[in-house]
Formats: sequence, structure tokens, C-alpha cells
Amino acid sequence: MEFFRISRTIPFMRYSRILNAISLITFLIAVGAIVARGLSLSIEFTGGTVMEIGYPQAADLGKVRTAIEAKDWGEFQVQSFGTSRDVLIRLPVQPGVSAGQQAEEVMATLRAQDPGVELRRVEFVGPAVGEELAHDGTLALLLVCFGIMVYLALRFEWKFSVAAIIANLHDVILVIGFFAIFQWEFSVPTLAALLAVLGYSVNESVIIFDRVREHFRTMRKATVTEVIDSAITATISRTMITHGSTLAMTLSILFLGGPALHSFALALSIGIGLSIYSSIFVAAAIAMYLGVRREDLVKPVKKEDAGQEIVP
Amino acid sequence: MNRYPLWKYVIIAAALLFGAVYTVPNFFGEAPAVQVSSQRPTVKVDAELLRRVEGVLASAGVAYEAAYLDVVGLNVTARVRMSDTDTQIRARDALESALNPDAKDPTYVVALNLLSRSPRWLATVGALPMYLGLDLRGGVHFLMQVNTAEAVTKRLDALVGDLRTLLREKEVRHAGIARVGDRLEIRFREEETRKKADGVIRDSLSDLALREDTSGADLVLVATLTPAAAKAVADGALKQNITTLHNRINELGVAEPVIQQQGADRVVVQLPGVQDTARAKDIIGRTATLEARLVDVSGEGQAAVTGTSPVPFGSERFTVGRGAPVVLKKDVIFSGQQLQGAQATFDENQRPAVSIDLNESAGRHLRKVSRENIKKPMAIVLFEKGRGEVLTVATIQDELGSRFRITGLDSTQLANDLALLLRAGALAAPMDIIEERTIGPSLGKENIERGFNATLYGFIAIAVFMVFYYRVFGLISVAGLTVNVGMLVGLLSLLQATLTLPGIAAVALTLGMAIDANVLINERVREELRRGATAQQAITQGYDRAFATILDSNITTLIAGVFLFMLGSGPIRGFAVVHCLGILTSIFSAVFVSRGIVNLVYGSRRRLATLSVGQVWKPGTSGA
Repeated sequence: MEFFRISRTIPFMRYSRILNAISLITFLIAVGAIVARGLSLSIEFTGGTVMEIGYPQAADLGKVRTAIEAKDWGEFQVQSFGTSRDVLIRLPVQPGVSAGQQAEEVMATLRAQDPGVELRRVEFVGPAVGEELAHDGTLALLLVCFGIMVYLALRFEWKFSVAAIIANLHDVILVIGFFAIFQWEFSVPTLAALLAVLGYSVNESVIIFDRVREHFRTMRKATVTEVIDSAITATISRTMITHGSTLAMTLSILFLGGPALHSFALALSIGIGLSIYSSIFVAAAIAMYLGVRREDLVKPVKKEDAGQEIVP
Repeated sequence: MNRYPLWKYVIIAAALLFGAVYTVPNFFGEAPAVQVSSQRPTVKVDAELLRRVEGVLASAGVAYEAAYLDVVGLNVTARVRMSDTDTQIRARDALESALNPDAKDPTYVVALNLLSRSPRWLATVGALPMYLGLDLRGGVHFLMQVNTAEAVTKRLDALVGDLRTLLREKEVRHAGIARVGDRLEIRFREEETRKKADGVIRDSLSDLALREDTSGADLVLVATLTPAAAKAVADGALKQNITTLHNRINELGVAEPVIQQQGADRVVVQLPGVQDTARAKDIIGRTATLEARLVDVSGEGQAAVTGTSPVPFGSERFTVGRGAPVVLKKDVIFSGQQLQGAQATFDENQRPAVSIDLNESAGRHLRKVSRENIKKPMAIVLFEKGRGEVLTVATIQDELGSRFRITGLDSTQLANDLALLLRAGALAAPMDIIEERTIGPSLGKENIERGFNATLYGFIAIAVFMVFYYRVFGLISVAGLTVNVGMLVGLLSLLQATLTLPGIAAVALTLGMAIDANVLINERVREELRRGATAQQAITQGYDRAFATILDSNITTLIAGVFLFMLGSGPIRGFAVVHCLGILTSIFSAVFVSRGIVNLVYGSRRRLATLSVGQVWKPGTSGA
């Protein structure tokens, strides 16, 4: 059995302009959403207290809200978490009151309402730690981009490294855009997932570039567009199967991994889905626009070969 | 022909054996256990105690599975494994009452614990289960920020006293010494004495960097801590705090606490299994420091006790604690940093007392101060969050040295409390909790189950697809993937890495990504066949050509993993470690192990017509 019975080279690059226009628009929408709506950052970044509580029966969120409102601590959030019996409460940092005290106070009030309530988890992060995390996260993202660019420039050519980074940042920005539009919680594991997506997505571009280089060597008479098309055609089957497998794993984490891994798996799943598209239509197309030539990749080994290449 | 030399198969077999041996302990699960450790430095846990423990359990009729001594560095504990939690509790109670006849002053800490059920011989080759992170086993996590600047300030304050003594001893007359921010200013009346002082200080206090201040009208010598000295003070303060935390946490009786330095000035404390955060925080979060000072017995000092007249310069008034209100001199005789131990004892008249041990320099200083102040009162003050609380005010009866006693306490309870406060109060620098997490035990169990299931079902889905799509080559890929998991888990167990939920997710993700290498190879093999290569050629060419691509793509992923490791903290670091190791094991298993199996299956067949790599479809007329 073979899924991809491709008898001739698919002219991917013919559609590149229109698809890249769509990419640009979605990219701008994502950037717009990030700027306009911002991210719903988890307390790991903002500082504050998170409590996870469990009830033996479906929880009455309204009652929990009234109980906390009475404390007058400023902006807080109460939402169900995973199941209807589990509740997640977010509290802002209170100067002078420790997280433990805050949690104890809330629990005392809630126990008075319903003695069956159980405290499952308390997390408190000071504001300084959050700032540091955000700083380190951004730094990590930049360093990863830089490291990958250097590696690709050494291994291939600068045009490829620029194309790959643009394609991958496109993926990462779109994933962040999803988080901004739907206001999903952006936590530290989400950041880790983004960095994994970056590495993974580059991996995808590398495989196509590898083929492009190989086909430049073997297909002497073909044009650049033809070479790129044939390289993508040759790898499309592998791209789909690998991504399908990885996606099966991340979806498995998304559906079975529980709420703690939810945003992590979500970012990965979206990112992996996007990286299929971006490596085919974005990375290769940008490399093409940047004017990749055969001479950039195939270093003339013998003099005669180089001579032959110029004459079509 | 595709054959591997024997040594390559030996490597593969060794890798398989390694993976199996080191992975296995993780599957035995954990049994409830009781752990006995010593509370006092003078009491050792040894074979003698183990026999006693066994005797106590036998006489109490508590059945146990195994009892042995566990040695980690200098730390020896006796551990007894039970079959269920009921017996565990009964054993704990039996041991508690037998080993600690005086509940007020326990000799041993008897704590509940969980122990791996894996056979002992596995442990002797270092095959231990992975340590489960708090998100998987439940417990409390604190991140504490140590205020090292405060430690430096305190060191400078102490140096003021040292400078005074030094200059007096060398008969250099100065016009005052004061700390201004992070520097000390020593004033002089004549240029000559300033020169002399400069030499004297340089000779005996090498921690100080000196310079002459020419800006003002006064003759001033400015002394600052050298950067090396300041760093040493900060490091020392952090170490001291970690030691103190260890002592405090021992008093909590937690089985396997983690107390680690993180970065330059932070300490991570993890207490697995602890649910009572309030108590834990009460004990570890006690951000207290100790100081011993003389009571100001001058007329002005005594007049200021009631708070009606002003406190004389160089003294301070304390209103809280035993013996308060009291006016104390600001000079510190010794501080918590210099306190080496405090025990509740009895004096000659069998009255409760606390015996105190100081380090040598503090002892020397105390000897001098006490000689000059016999029959005068001295106080010990506990500073918590900037507020001082007087613990005790005692009269100096004699010349005191590095070992002395505080007597005349009303009760043993008071002596015990004071000893505990003195011991626990020995924090070198204040600490603040900047991050705190509590995870309930049920949530931990759920997290393990979910993480494991997600990985398992994802793996099954991939395996079914691979076998269906690539047939025998698919089966080989799945075998390679299984070896990959085994080696990864084995490696993590060997490194005794802490497994967290993001760590499990990383294992799952690694599997999902590791399949990429196999797909690349299988697709290449098919492609070679499509081009009309013979079966054996297709194997050789397929693996060789795929290798360069696999290497490239994995190195870029590795770059992301390494930066994640460098900049991440806590659970993210765990994720990064698993991710990076997983990339390495997956290259090994996909390229080396799967090739080994392929060679074993197909390599030696001379006339191999077809490969079972799924259907290889050849385009009809138009070849690419």
C-alpha cells in the first residue's frame, strides 16, 4: 500500500504566490491579535496565586466567586478545570499576605459552604520570578533562532537559513496568534512547546533543503523552480507520514494527558500542523525569492562540471 | 551483502541489556516504608540500631518485607518496607514509642516513606527507579530568595567591632568608625595616624579594600569589602542557610526532602508527601537570625527602658520577648552564624539549662567581652522580618568561652524551646518565599496515569500504522522505537533524573519525532527500489542517504533543546533533558539498531528479490 502515488512532479511553486499572500495575511492577523488582545499569561509569568480545588459533586462556580469577592483582593478568576467538579481559582499577588494564608482563607470560607471541598494544588509565584521567566523565555527563543540560522548557514547557505527562520517564525507567531485570539492560557510548558515546534519545524525545512541540494546535483538541466518542485514531491510522502505520527502523539497527549498538559499539547499540535504547510510553501518559496542558485549549493568539485553547468 | 561485524551486534546487545536493566526498576512500583534517621550528630544509625528496629517490630507483631540500612554519602538511614499502609502506620507508632522514650527530646526521626519494590541486586548495580517530581507524587515546593546583601551588611557591622578592637590593640587613635551603606568610614585627627592605621588594617584584615577619602575636610579612611570577600560572604550565607534548612526540615520528619541551591542566591526546597503546608512553612519559612548583645546598664540606658526617655546612642530598645522591655547595646557579641549548636541540658543543681557551642573566633571574642562584663546581663535576640524578639536575658556569672550554658530556666519545656530556637535561628541571611506549589497526592497519581496513558496510546497508534504501512520494515521501526524508549528511560534512571509531567510529555514527543528517522529510511528504501535498485542495494543506499538528512534534522532540534535546558528552570529543564537525550537515543536506535535488525533479517540472503517495505508503487510511463 502506498498513499502517495505521484507520477509526476507537482508544481508546488506555481501556487506559492497566492498561498504566500494568504500566509502574510494570516501572519498579520496573528501579530494584530497579539498586539491588540495580548496573551492570557499564566501566573508563572504574571505572579500571583493559583488554587485548584475539587468537589465531590459538580461545583457551583457562582458560590465560589461570591466567597472570593467578599475578600476584596482585586481581579480574580474562577473557572472549571478539566471536569465540572474541579475548579481553578486565580488570585492576584497581595502585598503582606502570603500565598499560604490566602489559600487557607479561601479554603476556610469554601469549607464553611461545603465541607466536601478538597484542596488539590496551590501555586504561588512572586512577581520578580515571573519577569525573569518572561525574559529568559524571550532570550531562549532568540538564541534558538540564532543557533539554527548559524547551523543552516554553515551546512547549506545563508539564503536557506533566512528562508527557514522566516518559515519557522511564521509558525511560532501563528501559534502565539491562536493563543491570543482564543485567549488560551499561555504557560511555561506552552513556551517549551513553542521552542520544540521551532526545532521541529526547522527539521522539516532541512529535509526539503537536503533534497533540493541533492536534486541540484542530479538534475543538471532543470530550472530552480523545477528542482524545488521535484524535491518537495519526493519528500511529500515522508512529510505527511512523519507529521501524521507526531500529530498522533501530540493529540494523544491533548486528549488523554489531562488539563496540566493541555496548553502544551495544543501548542504542539497546532505548530506541527502549521509546519507541514510552512516548510512546503513558505520556506522553499522564500528561498526561491531570495534567488537560490545551483552554484550556491553544489560546490564545483571538478572544473569540467562547473563548465557544463553554465551551458544548458 | 549487508552484514554487520560481530562487534556491532555486541554493542546493540549491550545497549539492549543496559536499557532493560535500568528501566525495569521503574515498573516494580513503590511500597510503603518507615525510615529511621538520627536527630543528633552524636548518635549514629548502624547495624546495632537495625537489629533494635527489627526487634521492636517483631515484639510489636508488625510484619515487614525487608529491613536494611541505606547509605547515601555520610547519611545513613534504616529502612523497613511493609506490604500496606496500615502496617506502615502501626510500625511507625511502635518504633516512635520504642526509640524515642522522651517525646519531648527525640533521638531519632521516624518518618513515613515509599520504597521501590525492585529487587536489591538491581539497586547494587545502580539500577534505581527514577525519582518522581512533586507534580507526580504530591508534596510542597518552595523557591526561596536569600537576601545576600543583608549578609554582607551584617559582615560589615561585625567588621566595625573588629576594627575598633584592632586599632585599640595597636594603639592607633581614631575619631570614630561607622558603616555608611556598603562601606566603612574611619575618621582620624592626624594624617600620621591615618597612615599608620592604613598599614595596620592592611596587615590584619585582608578582606577590606582601603582608600583615602580626600573629598571632605575630615581625614577619612574608607574601607569596603573586596569583591572576593563579598562573594565569599554571600556564598557562605547561602550555604549556612541551606544547612539550617536541612536541620529544620529534619525536625519535620520528611522522608526525602530536596534542598538545593538554584542560581547565585536561591534555594529550592521540595518536601514530597507533605500536605500540611502551613506547618512546613512555619518551620522552614522562619526567616530568623540570632544576635547576642550586652544589656545597656548605663544610667541613660536604664532610664530608656520604660520608653519615656530617649534611647542612648549606640543602643536599641526591644519590647517583645522574655525579659523585655530591655535596652541593648548595638554591638553584637556573637551572631547565629557563629553558633554551632544548642542543646537542652541540666546544670549541677539539676535545673534545666541550655548549653551553647560557638565557633572559635566567637568564643575568643565572648571570652574577652565576658571578662570585662562579669555580673552584667547579656541578651540573645531573635530577629524575624526585621523585628527583634528577646529570647533570653541572662547574667554573665563568669568568664565564658566557646562552650557555655544558660542556666536558671524555669522548665525543661522552656529549655527545649530555647535550644530549638537557637539552633533553628542560625540563618545567616533572611529568606523570602518567592514561589510556592502544593500538589495533592491524588492529583499526582492522576498525572502519572494520564501521562503514561497518553504515551502508551500514542505509541500504539504509531506502531499499528507503521506495521500496516511498511510491513516488515515497519515492524523493525517499531522494534527500534521500543529500544529507544528503553534506552531513554534507562538513561534517565541511571542519571537519577527527576521525572515530571513535562518530562513524560517529552518522552511522548520524542517518540513521535523519533519515528521521523525511521520514516525517512523506509521511504528512501522504497525510492531506491522504485528506481530499480536490487534489494540489497536499496538497503545500503536507503540507509546511507537517509543518514545525512537524519543528522541534519536532529541537530537543529538539538539546538532548540540545548537552549531550552540552559535558560529553563525546574520542570522545563526536565523537559529539555529528556528531549535532548531522546534525540541522541533516537539517532542511535533508528540508524544503528534498526539497521542491525534489517541486516540480520535480510543481509545474508544472497538472492533477495523483494523487501517487505509495503507496496512499492512504480509510476507507469513517465519516470521522474
